[in-house]
Amino acid sequence: MSTLIKQDILVELLANVGTGFEQVRAAGKEAFQDQGFPTNKSEEYKFTAITKKLEQSIQNFAPAGAFEVTADQVKANVFEGYAGDVLVFANGHFQPSLSSTIEGVEVALLSEKADTAIGSIAKPGKDPFCALNQSSFEGGIFISVPKKAQIQMPILLLNFFKANGGQVIQPRVWIEAGDFAEVTFINHSVNLSDTPYFANKVMELKGGLNTQIRCYNLQNEGKNAIEVSTTETDIQKDGRFTSVNISLSGELVRNNLSINILGSNSEGNMYGLYLLNGKSHVDNHTNMDHTVAHSESNELYKGILADSSRGVFNGKIFVRQDAQKTNAFQQNNNILLSEDAVVNTKPQLEIWADDVKCSHGCTTGQLDEEALFYLQARGIAKDQAKGLLLYAFAGEVLDHITDESFREYCIAQVQRRLGSNF
Amino acid sequence: MLSIKNLHASIEGTPILRGINLEVKAGEVHAIMGPNGSGKSTLASVLAGREEYEVTEGEVSFKGKNLLDLSPEVRAREGVFLAFQYPVEIPGVSSTNFLRTAVNQVREYRGEEALDAVKFLTLMKEKMKLVEMDQKLLSRALNEGFSGGEKKRNEIFQMAMLAPTLSILDETDSGLDIDALRIVSNGVNQLKSKDNATIIVTHYQRLLDYIIPDFVHVLYNGQIVKSGSKELALELEEKGYDWIKDEVDSRATV
Repeated sequence: MSTLIKQDILVELLANVGTGFEQVRAAGKEAFQDQGFPTNKSEEYKFTAITKKLEQSIQNFAPAGAFEVTADQVKANVFEGYAGDVLVFANGHFQPSLSSTIEGVEVALLSEKADTAIGSIAKPGKDPFCALNQSSFEGGIFISVPKKAQIQMPILLLNFFKANGGQVIQPRVWIEAGDFAEVTFINHSVNLSDTPYFANKVMELKGGLNTQIRCYNLQNEGKNAIEVSTTETDIQKDGRFTSVNISLSGELVRNNLSINILGSNSEGNMYGLYLLNGKSHVDNHTNMDHTVAHSESNELYKGILADSSRGVFNGKIFVRQDAQKTNAFQQNNNILLSEDAVVNTKPQLEIWADDVKCSHGCTTGQLDEEALFYLQARGIAKDQAKGLLLYAFAGEVLDHITDESFREYCIAQVQRRLGSNF
Repeated sequence: MLSIKNLHASIEGTPILRGINLEVKAGEVHAIMGPNGSGKSTLASVLAGREEYEVTEGEVSFKGKNLLDLSPEVRAREGVFLAFQYPVEIPGVSSTNFLRTAVNQVREYRGEEALDAVKFLTLMKEKMKLVEMDQKLLSRALNEGFSGGEKKRNEIFQMAMLAPTLSILDETDSGLDIDALRIVSNGVNQLKSKDNATIIVTHYQRLLDYIIPDFVHVLYNGQIVKSGSKELALELEEKGYDWIKDEVDSRATV
């Protein structure tokens, strides 16, 4: 078993990056070297021993690189009835021939946009994996929604992942939306191989005045995937950002989601659902930062855990001294279906302003036996009654998905899971 | 229809029922009364199959089948219905979807065709009238935010939808005002037939002014200590339960 030493892995990863972004990459490298891989002493990774997992599963810590994706594979992984646009990626490399041209939206390779302020929103100093990605991301895409554009149909980022000799995949997405723009993104990752890989993704979203951005993320890559997904956005005045994250599988998944509220009269929403079984481990770290007065945030994460799966929820809310009249709400509810399933949940509120409304709560329990008996006493089979109750619990999160075909797809996936595995 | 012989049941090792004997025939209404803690609700729960209770002795047969062998859902499909003392609020489960699932699972078991959406709605509208249910309630989550009276009415409405052969009403009258009591009783009376039977578990005689029982049984310390006609209920109402307790306790000491 090799030990991950930061210089060692960086040499291989850096050798394969193209030209451009030299300063950005250098800053990422420096930030990564300062922080190193998290150890079990790192507070932020206390419950998620990702370094150990990487050492066990990833033999070739080199970039996986691009590969060929077929039109059939694309077709098979777009949701039934989906009417929006599709952007296809192979291990983070954009596949223009398989992708739609989106009317009114600029899509370009990051390498063609050398002045993109990479790392200005997802700052590399905050997290080693974010820094690692900044030092050595592959490919990368730039998406710009112009001012006042209302993009009716969602944009699906369809990511195909495959270990390809190298087992490290580091996609990078930069999205910017002009003032008053409205747009919805769906991230869907598809695993094409049984060989374990490490996907270290970073997505930065830069909002303008009064922009409305929705960002959905479906994680269902199977038991060989190790993933760190960093999503960070800045919300400006009158803006709104809504994230819905659905995790259905993964050997080890860590989501770092951060919303920085930088303008007043704005709103940040974070919703999440994790349905875990087997030995899956999903860790959601969220960060809601209210820096100015008059803003609102809503956060609801729900988990159903079976077998010996493990869920981690860490929800930080900062209300800075200037952020008077903030309304911030956070909930995390979990149902454990087995004695071996574990949840570590930690709300973390830091409030410096004195005129705010903030609440948080977390619950972890078993399925409500009284409700189960009530349904059975009306003739409903026990398994089906369980499914009905669990779906009722989970459905609240899915209600926040506005695109119908994607919501229906998620509902079907969730119902299938609740019927078969629990 | 229902035959209970020497039924003993306990919860977490504490015996509650200590030898119940009861015969219920089709077309009959039985009232089970008794002071608090006598085991009335336990009896109702054991018959419906609540798992917390352990049957330690005795047998229960329902339409010739060993009821105690059946899961709660199979008991319901066989025709046992328990109107809950405390109907459960279930957020996120719509009343209509729940009921359609229940009705169709019960129908399937009985060899009847599943109801399509239109037929189900027609049946629902018909049965709603029985208990003067507001249709708005059915578009909400099951029992969520219902008042006490609405919850009890919903129980009788579900009973009407599932057409049971044995209905057990567990303290359905408690907490109801007189109007709600009249509506609920009226519903139960209309559902009565020569082919089905009703067991009314209650602390008070009041309900029995509206639903006239054929037999009244007094439960005390986990046993039926006295049985009689509906006049027994009036006597209990007038004199309370103490004389029964005294009678039983003196018998025990002799």
